Amino acid sequence: MFALLILLMILMIMGAIVAVQSKDLLSAVISMGIVGFGLTLVFLILQAPDLAIVQIAVETLTLVILIAAVMKTTMKEIKVRKSTVVIYSGIATVIVLIILLFILGDTFKELPAFGYPELRMSEYYIEQGLEKTGAANLVTSVILDFRAYDTLGEATVLFTAVMGILAVLRRKGRKE
Amino acid sequence: MKGMTEIVKTISRLLAGLIFFYGIYIVVFGHLTPGGGFAGGIVISGAFILLIIANGIDEEKINRVREKAGFLESSGIFLFWVISTIGLCMGTFFFLNFLGKGKPLNIFSAGTVPLCNIAIGIEVSAALCSIVIAFMLVKKGDKK
Amino acid sequence: MIYFLCGLLFLVGLSGILLKRNLIKIIISLTIIEYSLFMFLALVGYKHKAVPPIITSLTEKNNYVDPLPQALVLTAIVIGLATTALLVALAVRIYEKYGTFDIREIRKLKG
Repeated sequence: MFALLILLMILMIMGAIVAVQSKDLLSAVISMGIVGFGLTLVFLILQAPDLAIVQIAVETLTLVILIAAVMKTTMKEIKVRKSTVVIYSGIATVIVLIILLFILGDTFKELPAFGYPELRMSEYYIEQGLEKTGAANLVTSVILDFRAYDTLGEATVLFTAVMGILAVLRRKGRKE
Repeated sequence: MKGMTEIVKTISRLLAGLIFFYGIYIVVFGHLTPGGGFAGGIVISGAFILLIIANGIDEEKINRVREKAGFLESSGIFLFWVISTIGLCMGTFFFLNFLGKGKPLNIFSAGTVPLCNIAIGIEVSAALCSIVIAFMLVKKGDKK
Repeated sequence: MIYFLCGLLFLVGLSGILLKRNLIKIIISLTIIEYSLFMFLALVGYKHKAVPPIITSLTEKNNYVDPLPQALVLTAIVIGLATTALLVALAVRIYEKYGTFDIREIRKLKG
């Protein structure tokens, strides 16, 4: 299981590199699909079937939206001429990323080991979840009973984002 | 936007009903099996989006669909808000689980959780449908 | 080791945001960063030899995975889709106005 997880994550990193570096926007969008569907399998291995169902549907819709946008505008990637500014900014970015890599490596040592989390609040949720809410799916009991304020806020954010999209994309009332 | 060929239209018509009922199953059984309002809502919207992409868009008809989707989205979030406020009106706190808990592992259990799931399912499915319709209506080369 | 690979995915997305000049590429990189964060939260909650947090019988007691990070990620995924769609909508409108996705050109043309 562990080896399969590492293999999947390496595949996702390779897909991400192709998505960032490719010369064609359509192939970049499709290689982003590798990352998303790989994430679905990772969720399944990590024993999270709820997340896997949501992720596989969301990834498909993201690809539909991005491909619709790319087909309706342009597929060409911008050509960047090699100048000193470009080279210097590239070098600076690589230095920043290497420093961040070391910081991340140091930080991850402080976390509890993989597979042995420290449960404090979750102990309570797991033991009392069925009695207090009556829902057999503990994830649902957390999002709709113990932490329902959070869900109400997220539903409002979704509503606001959709209103924003409809306002930006409407054609009626725009200047010709 | 034009539709696709006759084969794609027929197959999508057959599949859309199955996908729709699978989404409803995920929403209704959300408190017993994996799934819930968010997952089921996305699957239901997937059925409609399949039909829209396969059959193409007629501008006159799609505006009515869009209005209905907007109405459903607003009513879904309103339903969720009403369910959460009933507890407050009964003199206790927000999000009170005012219905009986029922027998565990049964379809009629968990009080308000299935109702909240249905409200969220309506909201999410209508929201995603209207997003995709808005993107399909963007015309190519509609510059400046 | 496994957290480190997750951090590497985050850095790939960050390098895309810093180096690329195409709006669609920047949106793709943001989505990749989002995915790496979701994966990190799911990794933190994982427990060895545990089952998904769904109770199937009332008598036997199982060893369940932590349900709290999963609940946090579940709502965040859907919000991530909506915000990505909002960004893409803005990018499409910018393309209609300027005829390009290049962020340098957009800065030059002003208004």
